[in-house]
Amino acid sequence: MISEAIDNEQIDALLSDVLEVHGYDFLEYSHASIKRRITRLYTLDNFVSFAEFRYAVKSDKQYFKRFLEEITVNVTEMFRDPGFYRSLRHDVLPVLGTYPFIRIWVAGCSTGEEAYSLAILLKELNLLQKSLIYATDINPSVLEKAKKGMFPLNYLKGYSENYVASDGTKDFSSYYTANYSLAKFDESLSSKMIFSTHNLVSDHSFNEFQFILCRNVLIYFDKELQHKVFQLFDNSLEKLGYLALGSKESLDFWPKAKEYKRVKLEKIWRKL
Amino acid sequence: MAQTIADKKCSALVIGGSAGSLDVLLEIFPDLKSNLSFPIILVTHRKSGNDSLLTDLLKSRTHLIVNEAEEKQPILRGNVYITPGDYHLLIEEEITISLDYSEKVNYSRPSIDVTFQSAAEVFKDELVCILLSGSNADGVEGLKIVEKWGGRVIIQNPDTAIMPYMPQQALNEIKTALVLNSFEMAAFINKLNN
Repeated sequence: MISEAIDNEQIDALLSDVLEVHGYDFLEYSHASIKRRITRLYTLDNFVSFAEFRYAVKSDKQYFKRFLEEITVNVTEMFRDPGFYRSLRHDVLPVLGTYPFIRIWVAGCSTGEEAYSLAILLKELNLLQKSLIYATDINPSVLEKAKKGMFPLNYLKGYSENYVASDGTKDFSSYYTANYSLAKFDESLSSKMIFSTHNLVSDHSFNEFQFILCRNVLIYFDKELQHKVFQLFDNSLEKLGYLALGSKESLDFWPKAKEYKRVKLEKIWRKL
Repeated sequence: MAQTIADKKCSALVIGGSAGSLDVLLEIFPDLKSNLSFPIILVTHRKSGNDSLLTDLLKSRTHLIVNEAEEKQPILRGNVYITPGDYHLLIEEEITISLDYSEKVNYSRPSIDVTFQSAAEVFKDELVCILLSGSNADGVEGLKIVEKWGGRVIIQNPDTAIMPYMPQQALNEIKTALVLNSFEMAAFINKLNN
């Protein structure tokens, strides 16, 4: 989507409204990305002027819901980066399996594809019954979708290939039932998930976990906000717990990174 | 024409290409000066997971510093940044890289349009963009924005491109574009030095 440029002052004014009126703070998001998302939505919804767009965001609750859903990126897939899931299967989850109880936080879970992928791995390793997956997102409407565990059927071929590439050996279709254009995933998977809104920018730690997974969320944050979120994860992670990031994200420039040890080649770190 | 278009200041060069562009890149890079006064950002369509292949190929053929682009990485002169598969590449005002995993554009991620537009808004009339061979129309909308901001547009001669569709689409839309054959590009890029 290509459209007319909106200037930086307009973006800042809009984001200040959003913080003031709705309490969501996007001011520390990466500027180029958030500007692109806002420009995209503004064009998509055919507003006659930016002032009108700004007014709708400020005063129309229904429209703000759409705004929140559209300016956050909710693109995700199951078993994305099969090498990462291979490493979870062989290196991380077997270690966590030695604990009596496993608490996992999927931060920025969007529509839930990663939480369900993780539940499948836990099930195959016979660990699901003693696990609890907390799946959180800033955006209530994606959580509604995640709870349902229904994903478009036309994506399932790709997910199934990812699953096989991640060393999955079962018949992937045994995890869901096709229902018109949707694949409904088995409720035994979602029975071990707790969905809740959580804003990484403004909300605090709410539990202690052995594993925190937050992939392709931090790329949208500026450096300072990234470091704040790392601190939040650090406060929420048990000693010897694991932290997993997206394939282009890194703990490297965070001052406390030396208290973490990288697990092989994947973007997984263990708290020392 | 080639003389005047190369005379303005260049702060960044963005090269976009799809099917058939690899040969051109491999032809251009060995002949580039190692002390270029601007960065080069490459956006090419390819399958994810094959990231290091293009990086390795280019590294072995140039004295410029070749990087697989990392998020928040500063963009420096004399460096080449390759957009990783499956991410869009955006440029921040402070001349750093942002990666973005949002919807595909023109069925593509990375999308050439996305990076051309983002670069145009930051580098304005000091931007040079080159669009190479390809078989879809990604890049064309972005070039329109580059042109609008006063940036310079170079399009590979469709008659000599392996896949002429993409450069031809661009040529139909961008009237100020300079058309070059692949063997003329390295000399042109070297002349942008300032």
